[in-house]
Amino acid sequence: MRLSPTDWRNLTLSALALAFVACLPWLVGNYGLSIGVTIVMYTVLATSWALFSGPTHYISLATAAFFGVGTYVTGIGIEYLPYWTLLPLAGVIGAVLAALVGLATLRLSGVYFVIFTLGLAEFIRQVITWGQNVSGAKGIYVLTSITEAHIYWQLLGLAALVYLLGWAIGRSRLGFALRIIGDDEQVARHSGIHTARAKILLFLVPGSVAAITGAILAPRYVYIEPSLAFTPMLSFQVVIMALLGGTGRLWGPLVGVIPFTFLWEGISITVPNQTTLLLGVSFLVIVYLLPKGFVGLFGAIRRRMGSEGLV
Amino acid sequence: MSAVLSLRGVTKRFGGLVAVNAMDFDVAEHEVLGLIGPNGSGKSTTLNLISGALPVTSGAIALRGSPITQLPAQDIARRGIARTFQLVRLLPSMSVLENVMAGAVFGHRRRWGYEAEAVAQTMLEQVGLAGRGHMAVGQLTYIDTKRVELARVLAGEPRVVLLDEWLAGLNPTELEEGVALIRALRDEGRTIILVEHVMDAIRSLCDRCVVMASGTKIAEGTPAEVLADPEVIRAYLGDDDA
Amino acid sequence: MDIIVTGLLLGGTYALIAMGLNLQYGMARIMNLANGEMLVAGGFAAFWFWTAAQVSPLLTVFIVAPVAFAANWLIYIVFLRPLVKRARSRGQLEVDSILTTFGLSFVSVGLMLAVFGGDYFSYSYLSFPVHILGDSYGANRVAAFVSAVIICGALWLWLDRSRAGLTIRAIAVAPDSARLVGIDVGKMAALAFALGGAVTATGGALISTFLTLDASTGVMFTLKALIIVIMGGVGDIRGTIIAALALGLLETFVATLIDPGLTLAAAYLLFVVILLVRPQGLFGRRTT
Repeated sequence: MRLSPTDWRNLTLSALALAFVACLPWLVGNYGLSIGVTIVMYTVLATSWALFSGPTHYISLATAAFFGVGTYVTGIGIEYLPYWTLLPLAGVIGAVLAALVGLATLRLSGVYFVIFTLGLAEFIRQVITWGQNVSGAKGIYVLTSITEAHIYWQLLGLAALVYLLGWAIGRSRLGFALRIIGDDEQVARHSGIHTARAKILLFLVPGSVAAITGAILAPRYVYIEPSLAFTPMLSFQVVIMALLGGTGRLWGPLVGVIPFTFLWEGISITVPNQTTLLLGVSFLVIVYLLPKGFVGLFGAIRRRMGSEGLV
Repeated sequence: MSAVLSLRGVTKRFGGLVAVNAMDFDVAEHEVLGLIGPNGSGKSTTLNLISGALPVTSGAIALRGSPITQLPAQDIARRGIARTFQLVRLLPSMSVLENVMAGAVFGHRRRWGYEAEAVAQTMLEQVGLAGRGHMAVGQLTYIDTKRVELARVLAGEPRVVLLDEWLAGLNPTELEEGVALIRALRDEGRTIILVEHVMDAIRSLCDRCVVMASGTKIAEGTPAEVLADPEVIRAYLGDDDA
Repeated sequence: MDIIVTGLLLGGTYALIAMGLNLQYGMARIMNLANGEMLVAGGFAAFWFWTAAQVSPLLTVFIVAPVAFAANWLIYIVFLRPLVKRARSRGQLEVDSILTTFGLSFVSVGLMLAVFGGDYFSYSYLSFPVHILGDSYGANRVAAFVSAVIICGALWLWLDRSRAGLTIRAIAVAPDSARLVGIDVGKMAALAFALGGAVTATGGALISTFLTLDASTGVMFTLKALIIVIMGGVGDIRGTIIAALALGLLETFVATLIDPGLTLAAAYLLFVVILLVRPQGLFGRRTT
């Protein structure tokens, strides 16, 4: 794989941008940092979600399930294993879970996949709650010396990994195969692409990334219980942010994450009961006003200006 | 005559309807075989069975002696059977060149990078689209979309090419170009199965024809032989229920 | 024994809810993920009429059904018809309708939270015991079951015998051919969607007599109804009824013998097994 001068320029610029955002903990106060953590967390989740759902058009609502599993890996594992082994472990467990879900559903139509993934988080939550009832244990305390800034840097590192991975997939045979599948699955099959295998492989990415994200964030919660770790809202927020930004470009979800996080924060503080309404309205806005997200909107504006000779 | 592709007792049922009934035929290396018959006689279904678009109910299909009957479409494509579709199917979000590269990257010969691009360029030249690789597929004329699809099929360097009514819907000038293009493929020594309605094209292109009616093979031979066969004439013109 | 009867009673009501969803998905081709909210709205209406004016839920149904019919018809015309028109493929319509109905679902939860608050709603109606085969059951459950059976039966007859029913079944099987024989597919799809919503809201009014609802329980019922529809086969009324009874039995078994907190988990497991073994539904034919 040879890199062109443009590739080098983009890589350098991305590295500089990363270095700059990494300084955030020294630049802002506690509240600013907590917003920063939220933004990076959703960027990681939404970008990895879009890597899979963008080309395949399968809407995954399993984010909360993977995320919750990740928090429990840290919550339980921290007692027995060194911290640094927990993140890769969460990644592997998330990938295995994703592979199982993929094997069961990705051959079938999109509706089945949505229901399957929506039910998954609820299923795991009920089973863990039941397990706790039987064993008598309640929630888990995660007491570590990990600070908010540590969490922020870890998430930032994960974000860089996700972007690199997305970029590498985009240049690979797998990425090309996925674009073909997204355009016309029948042509893909008849061109010799193993469509089910490509989709399952790609689904490992959001599965494993969401689990690692959960594992990173577990120390922030201090006390973990099923209804917190597996909150279905998380899955929906990720879907909205990714679609709002647009899944056509690697940086698309980021454009959705930033405004939506501030909007969400604002609504949560002023009218906390209306976050559900906000989710609903966002879905409708995406479908009727921004079917290709902000990315599509920029593209349309540029094309229009281009056709009028302005650019 | 060594058979590249052979069908033995290939049958397809949809519920109670037998769409293809015990088809037997062989295709030899470098041969152009016409698969003809009236509408609804099961030609396209037969093509769909060979390419793996539909599962076979019973019977056996073999490529150079090795069975491919139960394989999924992608494995059949990899082993070297590539097809066009009755209604042209291109990849709308991609350029002409990328459409053709899809065949080169994932087809029978799996290439990547500059090599795949070079193959795709060559195929574009061959179908008469040299220099148009950068275009969006939405800008193409009807016959050019057909050319792109053909180039995608050829880019995988398949052993057998299946053309599903590739000449249908072309105007007389385009038809002439189309026939010339397929003749060029034939002269290159490619192995082709042609599902076609255009009789002139069948006469001038096919070495041999298999005629189907109501899902069954009713004749086989050179185009001149089968088109003179009374049963074939009856199938095309005869009873109203044909 | 009492588990079986309780399970069947619950399953009967589930059948009604799933039938509503099946009309919408099987006939109108819209996977309506806001279905559960329609159920909760029906339940709230029954609650409100009972607490405010002591109107029996069995009578409220006659108000709930036409109102829900009109509301769903409007939803179809305003939100869903434009999607059907702009969709270039079945897949695109599927994605769009999933997102839209999720949106509608959240909007209605938000509105119900704003109007009714986040409290649980329950009232006691017909809460005296009835004896069946030596055991006693809540009269409200029995009444809900009997009403559900009557409505399911009427729907089945209507779909099976009437001309309108035949038309609706025709568009479920082959929308394009239906258009060719002069059926106004758009109008019939709107009708099927509206009817499905009405049936679900009715189910909600009935279920509220013995289950506690709150503004955000809708999605649980959507999930259950979806599982039933997929298990029974899309567009298959008989399959829906049998699948609903099976789910009612399963949930009751799990709730009684293991833990009431695991009912949805059990339903989900059942769904996974169905997906792996018979993705075309219990009685569906494998399509090519």
